[in-house]
Amino acid sequence: MDGGADPRRVEGWCEMSTVVTSRGRKWFEALSGSDGKQAEGPGSLLIAEATLGQEKVAYVALAPDPNSRFPRARVAEVGVEEGWYGTKAIQGVIEADKNGTKRPIITVVDSKCQAYGRREELVGIHLAAAGIIAAYAEARMAGHPVIALIVGRAVSGSFLALAGQANHMIAFNDPEVLIHAMYKDAAARITRRTVEELDKLSEEIVPMAYDIKSFNKLGGLYKLLDVVTPDEPSSVTTAQVKSVLIDAIADARRTPRDLYKRLESEGAKKYRQASIEVRKKMTEQWAAL
Amino acid sequence: MEKLSFEYPTSGKKPQRFHVGVVGSGDLEILLEPSKDATAHVTIQTSVTGFEGTWKAVLDRFFEGYEEAANIDIHDFGATPGTVALRLQQAVEGSRS
Amino acid sequence: MTPATLLSPEVLSLSERRSYIELNARARATQLLDPGTFHELLGPFDRVQSPWLPMQGIVPQFDDGCVVAKGTIDGLPAVVIAMEGKFQGGSIGEVCGMKLAMAFALARQDNEKGIPTRAVLSLESGGVRLQEANIGELVIAEIYSELVALRKHIPVIVVIAGMTGCFGGMSLAAGLSSYVVMTRQARLSMNGPEVIELEAGIEEMDSKNKPFIWGICGGEQRFATGAADVLVEDDAEEITQAVKDLFRKGQPGRLRSASYEQYIQRLSGLDTSKQWTAEQIRDAWKGGAK
Repeated sequence: MDGGADPRRVEGWCEMSTVVTSRGRKWFEALSGSDGKQAEGPGSLLIAEATLGQEKVAYVALAPDPNSRFPRARVAEVGVEEGWYGTKAIQGVIEADKNGTKRPIITVVDSKCQAYGRREELVGIHLAAAGIIAAYAEARMAGHPVIALIVGRAVSGSFLALAGQANHMIAFNDPEVLIHAMYKDAAARITRRTVEELDKLSEEIVPMAYDIKSFNKLGGLYKLLDVVTPDEPSSVTTAQVKSVLIDAIADARRTPRDLYKRLESEGAKKYRQASIEVRKKMTEQWAAL
Repeated sequence: MEKLSFEYPTSGKKPQRFHVGVVGSGDLEILLEPSKDATAHVTIQTSVTGFEGTWKAVLDRFFEGYEEAANIDIHDFGATPGTVALRLQQAVEGSRS
Repeated sequence: MTPATLLSPEVLSLSERRSYIELNARARATQLLDPGTFHELLGPFDRVQSPWLPMQGIVPQFDDGCVVAKGTIDGLPAVVIAMEGKFQGGSIGEVCGMKLAMAFALARQDNEKGIPTRAVLSLESGGVRLQEANIGELVIAEIYSELVALRKHIPVIVVIAGMTGCFGGMSLAAGLSSYVVMTRQARLSMNGPEVIELEAGIEEMDSKNKPFIWGICGGEQRFATGAADVLVEDDAEEITQAVKDLFRKGQPGRLRSASYEQYIQRLSGLDTSKQWTAEQIRDAWKGGAK
């Protein structure tokens, strides 16, 4: 799997400009009405304030940036700059709203994974990722509806950093949408199996599977959304997605600010029985001590 | 993965429960608990298949010196017979301490 | 044999030193708690194991590689979570991940009721357990959420001793914690060296070059660059005392994960057109803004 060092091998690269398209960028622009460019920080981090329904919301996304200062973070990975500048942006929203209405924070997720590189480890990419994770979690706990709209990839570090802490995760029901712990070829190599063996195992072991319908079975998604144009937002599909976002925001405001609704879903009752058992037994044993 | 089980007659004396070991490469864990009857029940989940005879030999030898009515559950990740015997010994000593 | 009286105190203390690294997870949890206060939750006798590993022919462990024990530290209520690095590389599966998340959750609930239960996590983990992949990802997100909620009340301390080290999703848990204690032998890194070599090539990361790897993410480098708060010897008593001292210190002045201004400043001062050495980053951090 190409680490993405050569931007010309990125899908959508165009000689005329260095703005590389991606699903994440297209949906970010359609929903926010903005290109999300920031005065400071990496070109990959898109942030915009917009109106959704009747209120002010913040949109966040990552998109490919072939001009990234970090050679290992040029195809929409969560790198050190994305992590720290993303942290700054979200902490800024929390600070701005601390005495008033908590605006929703909507992340359009289409990010390859975390950045893999020597520079990244030397400067502590684990801290940059922790920063943005804490920011999202703190926003949620402060009462901001945090919504993750997964239109493309949310894999490994990009799932954890951009989607994991949301009140609600919404994913498009589309073969291009991937939520997983690790890409298949790397996972195969690390677990010393062939890709065919992994595929076979995934048929029986739902948490290992790569298709979004299987991920949805686990009960962690708020909604698996059928959109007729997942790759190119149209005015109809943009309006549809906005409507779902508004519902999700309202539900986030009505429900607890923790992540336990993921464990109380129908999917969890079927596929996370062990989690439910651990939660119950630990609570009982703790109280008895 | 292979599942094996063995049974041995006992004196009926119920042991104290004890746990020892880690399911790491070349190692095993043992859970020793009192049996519900006067028979010792050994169940093994092992990552290495085809060694039933070796397991029987190790356990036969172990039960020559051990008479208590124990349930012994083993999770094995490729331990040698020597390591298995050692862990069994540790389980008994821990159970008696 | 030289009579003990002829040996210097330094040599004597070396011979008395007990390795923490050699202790298994249960022994580590026992070590970190005040003597005689260890009470395990969901221990091996409860047999709450991975439902997913046997389905693919992998032998499970009765505690799923995670020991959770309540007790006291310095006389105050505490919960210790110790990962067993030798079981499936300390990887986070459904059960062990949930035990971890619930330990933080229950400690938080105690704190909300006025009981100052502190939490220590002895972390040895390669990251998410790929055999449980997406449930692992979900439960890791839940661990983060509870860690962030708990640390507001009371410091959360992570101890990384080795030899497994702390990688992947759990490196972010270390990043979220209030304090990190590391030995020289320990490593802390978001991506493991082998995975970086796989993704980016041997020029980027030579995973077989041990001094090079430890130079990037070993305890000494992490301490020198502020990613770890305390560097300890592999000594069980020293580590136990380091944890107590940190709790006595109280909340850190600033959480590392909130230090975005500092890191933005540090990054802006770096020339990213070249690769850097560990020493260059140590120097750059020392020279820059605090």
